Amino acid sequence: MLENLQVLEKKRAAARLGGGERRIEAQHAKGKLTARERLDVLLDEGSFEEFDMFVEHDSTDFGMADNRIPGDGVVTGHGKINGRPVMVFSQDFTVFGGALSAAHAGKICKVMDTAMKNGLPVIGLNDSGGARIQEGVDSLAGYADVFQRNVMASGVVPQISVVMGPCAGGAVYSPAMTDFIFMVKDSSYMFVTGPDVVKTVTHETVTQEELGGAITHTTKSGVADLAFENDIETLLQLRRFYDFLPLNNREKAPTRPTADDWARDDFSLDTLVPANPNKPYDIKELILKVCDEADFFELQADYAGNIVIGLGRMNGDTVGFVANQPMVLAGCLDIDSSKKAARFVRFCDAFNIPIVTFVDVPGFLPGTAQEFGGIIKHGAKLLYAYAEATVPKVTVITRKAYGGAYDVMASKHLRGDMNYAWPGAEIAVMGAKGAVEIIFRSDIGDQAKIAAREKEYREKFANPFVAANRGFIDDVIMPHGTRRRICKALELLKNKKLDNPWRKHGNIPL
Amino acid sequence: MAAAKKKTAKAQAATSDASTTAAAKKAAATRPTKPPFDKILIANRGEIACRVIRSCKAMGIKSVAVYSEADADALHVREADEAVFIGPPPSAQSYLLVDRIVEACKKTGAQAVHPGYGFLSEKREFQAALAKAGIVFIGPDAHAIHAMGDKIESKILAKKAGVSTVPGHLEAIPNADEAVKIAKSIGYPVMIKASAGGGGKGMRLAWNDAEAKEGFVSATNEAKASFADDRVFIEKYVEEPRHIEIQVLADGHGNCVYLGERECSIQRRHQKVIEEAPSPFLDEKTRKAMGEQAVALSKAVNYKSAGTVEFIVDKNRKFYFLEMNTRLQVEHPVTELVTGLDLVELMIRVAAGEKLPFTQKDVELKGWAVEARVYAEDPFRGFLPSTGRLVRYLPPPARADVRVDTGVYEGGEISMFYDPMIAKLVTYGATRDQAADRMLEAIDEYYVRGLNHNMSFLAALVGHPRFRAGKLTTNFIAEEFKGGFTTAHLPPRDPAILVAIAATIDRITTARHGGPEAGAVVVVLNGEHHDASVSIEELFGSVEVTVDGRAMKVATRWSPGQPLFDAKIDGARVVAQVDAKGAGYTLFHAGGQADALVLSPRRAALLKLMPVKAAPDTSKFLLSPMPGLLVSLEVAEGQEVKAGEALAKVEAMKMENVLRATRDGTIAKLHAQPGESLRVDQKILEFA
Repeated sequence: MLENLQVLEKKRAAARLGGGERRIEAQHAKGKLTARERLDVLLDEGSFEEFDMFVEHDSTDFGMADNRIPGDGVVTGHGKINGRPVMVFSQDFTVFGGALSAAHAGKICKVMDTAMKNGLPVIGLNDSGGARIQEGVDSLAGYADVFQRNVMASGVVPQISVVMGPCAGGAVYSPAMTDFIFMVKDSSYMFVTGPDVVKTVTHETVTQEELGGAITHTTKSGVADLAFENDIETLLQLRRFYDFLPLNNREKAPTRPTADDWARDDFSLDTLVPANPNKPYDIKELILKVCDEADFFELQADYAGNIVIGLGRMNGDTVGFVANQPMVLAGCLDIDSSKKAARFVRFCDAFNIPIVTFVDVPGFLPGTAQEFGGIIKHGAKLLYAYAEATVPKVTVITRKAYGGAYDVMASKHLRGDMNYAWPGAEIAVMGAKGAVEIIFRSDIGDQAKIAAREKEYREKFANPFVAANRGFIDDVIMPHGTRRRICKALELLKNKKLDNPWRKHGNIPL
Repeated sequence: MAAAKKKTAKAQAATSDASTTAAAKKAAATRPTKPPFDKILIANRGEIACRVIRSCKAMGIKSVAVYSEADADALHVREADEAVFIGPPPSAQSYLLVDRIVEACKKTGAQAVHPGYGFLSEKREFQAALAKAGIVFIGPDAHAIHAMGDKIESKILAKKAGVSTVPGHLEAIPNADEAVKIAKSIGYPVMIKASAGGGGKGMRLAWNDAEAKEGFVSATNEAKASFADDRVFIEKYVEEPRHIEIQVLADGHGNCVYLGERECSIQRRHQKVIEEAPSPFLDEKTRKAMGEQAVALSKAVNYKSAGTVEFIVDKNRKFYFLEMNTRLQVEHPVTELVTGLDLVELMIRVAAGEKLPFTQKDVELKGWAVEARVYAEDPFRGFLPSTGRLVRYLPPPARADVRVDTGVYEGGEISMFYDPMIAKLVTYGATRDQAADRMLEAIDEYYVRGLNHNMSFLAALVGHPRFRAGKLTTNFIAEEFKGGFTTAHLPPRDPAILVAIAATIDRITTARHGGPEAGAVVVVLNGEHHDASVSIEELFGSVEVTVDGRAMKVATRWSPGQPLFDAKIDGARVVAQVDAKGAGYTLFHAGGQADALVLSPRRAALLKLMPVKAAPDTSKFLLSPMPGLLVSLEVAEGQEVKAGEALAKVEAMKMENVLRATRDGTIAKLHAQPGESLRVDQKILEFA
């Protein structure tokens, strides 16, 4: 009997060694941790339970028959993050370069099936050279099996991908389908075709880093949400992020007790909006001063900066913040910002996270680049996402809410539950100057007349009271009391129940 | 706003042991029951306007503020009973307009004007205009302002009054060549000064002919720009000098007293940074001699109100008259704290015609007071001014030994149009060391975010062994911070304290979301690993932290999100500022800052495998050190430059800053154009 136990111990030890000492050293030399070390950082100490440790591929072609390593290049199982369960897989670059075989894919699928059965989030740590070429179509089938499960899990359990090494070709489509992608600077990249193919086909010379590094995807393409300096920082931040999320679409996000008074006034907000309507201010200051403990987890911070998205808490409960950022492009909506915010709104809606929207939007960005790029359909995504959302929606207009963009930004008309405005808010079709130049076109030459008309228009429409008069704004509130008012609104909306009509699915303008 | 008002009221209560001096008692006992004026207008802004309003309130006098467009929401406007708008942001179009102020007085029925310091405080035209309108000027008469306002004339007068003066050429100098000739005759080093100057503007030190020539030109230009008067003169530069000044108070009825001295030797480019009273250097004999000469000079010009006679004192306690400031000084609070007097109140009473309520023998100096000027500037980048919104602003609560004179509040703005001073932080103690220690503690408590401030520098100054030893000269900063201020200048501190704080913060933070019990942790402080273990003593709520084998007891009420970690560590009070940073924290303590990451031992071991990444190489670029306007580029693409050569001029806070090459090289590319607004760190040009 004891002998059996020793056999198990030996087998485990062999499996834990993955691709062996030499490859582990090579992994470290690249500034990367091994698959198991990463799980040690991500999960609570001693919480990891592994399964399928002894899975091996059954391929025999190209010399693979004699080349088997237990686990087959991916470590799978479950563990806890700050006491809450999570399903994980972590690709092991030291084993066949983390290449995906049928058996490897099978392990990932088992993780996802278990997650779906038990309503648990999935975190995948990606570090893989790609398909196990020796297995041919079996490997491609493996990818597709994972993709299918990603899609089935979408909106049911949160899925987070961390790209911590190469992720190229078809492999990119699994992370692409998950809710969030984190990347590690200098040691991870994602692209559909690598620099060599790019060179052959388009004659462009580009490095891996430029083509698909963490900076590229968090600033240019918007494919990834956040980039961090190294493996440890990435995983520690993921632990922080995980605390905001519910386990699945039938549960509420965890409540975190706080000593931060829900009714706290902040008088400095009374001077946040500058007297000059053309002067920018940082909307993040409002988010940080309104949310619990100034603890705001911003997503896609370096992409489409004209809109800010992220998770925070109000009186202990997770909320999603969406805010126009006057510091970037005057906070206007454009293709990138619409896509960025739309996807976030849908995530919040799928996972019962109330949405708090801060509005200071002068409209949609004009120009051929935008129109040729399809701003009509992309802008419609955000409109669609807000209109479709049934979670509690609280909106505060801090300054400008002009034109169609006013409608889009969680307005009353899109089933906003509580719509507030600060006293200086301007809710109008457009700015006074533009409006007057259209209505009184004949007076354009006459400076004095135009100025008078502009003043008249501003007094009539450049305030929140016209909208409040019609009930489009539920109340005009003092900036310093914004936290208190939002907390009260969210408390009222705690048991909100609203269903959209039955349908197979809507047809969001993709 | 209510909160701001409460704070001011408390600040007023911040008195010292000195309230028991005979002078203080007599001043209090004779305080008129009926206010000497119904309404006073304060022709100033910022902290000094708020300071004057405070005394007005205490005396039952209504106050009127004036404000420019940039100050519509300023604290002095909120604090005053009434406020009058006087013009656009530039002071030349608002605070410096005599007519507007007189008009504002008439409009509001103010019977008197307190000018504060700067702006119109030493403009005799202002005094004259007020007199013509029948409004009382709370300050000296026009002839005294005039006599003392001109640096050349004041020296001649001082000499006549028997006051010792510095050797020099007191006539205005016609041109650069003449300047060199005179400088040579006096002997280098010499100081070139604007006749109408003050506050360090229009002053240049020259050690040789070339510098004298250049100094003459730049001093003349600056004097012209700042004071609309380009006359300059030259005098001997006293080496190892101390700046010690005497506060005088006269009633215009022939009574004049001196209220001891202030030492203001800690200066940076002739701007005072730290002031104290008394001076650690003066003996009773010198104090008396200086005081009596100051009084003699005041009497010679029939002085009325509060004034300051500035001296340079050499290492043998020989003193020379520098100038007389015919107004309330920025640093008057230190005198107030050691004499127990309210100088603004006494100025108002004297202006109303009252005689001094006490005599020289009633004046005593009790205890020690230190003032630090908190500026919106970046000490780590050559003290470049910083402007913008005070996103967070939590001054230390005023108490018996801490006084904060400020003109701003959280959400307020440090405007590019005016002096970037945030506040004057003043502490009091029975001894000099006590006052200095309290200053360090108050700096730890002073939480300012949104712009750069100089508190690290202030902590380094007040914690400096040479400062503690009282071995001051006006070259203190230049000598002790050669090549600029860096973190290496910060006083050494015990890392165990910060490790214990980080471990405690992390324990409190993780405990509530059911994270793993802490036990043994590793605190990575600025990259260095420290072993620690944490356990909570349920009974007293204190945390027992062991750092690198040393046990400490930390008692705190801190909860996550609070900016100040206020604790007793082994019984001694420790305050640190806590900002969240990624998965860790940034701690600010004793002028320094440290990034702290609290990890399990396993994670800490793995962290050691992570590569150390080099910061991106920016040495090839000239970056804008501050937000500002690119006034001019002094070089062209392809041009070769030598280290020290001017590359570009950037204007910020009305100050022109010349950016110079730090090494020899060739200009490869210009990235910005003159007239462009620059962000911090924006590329201006690139070297090959």
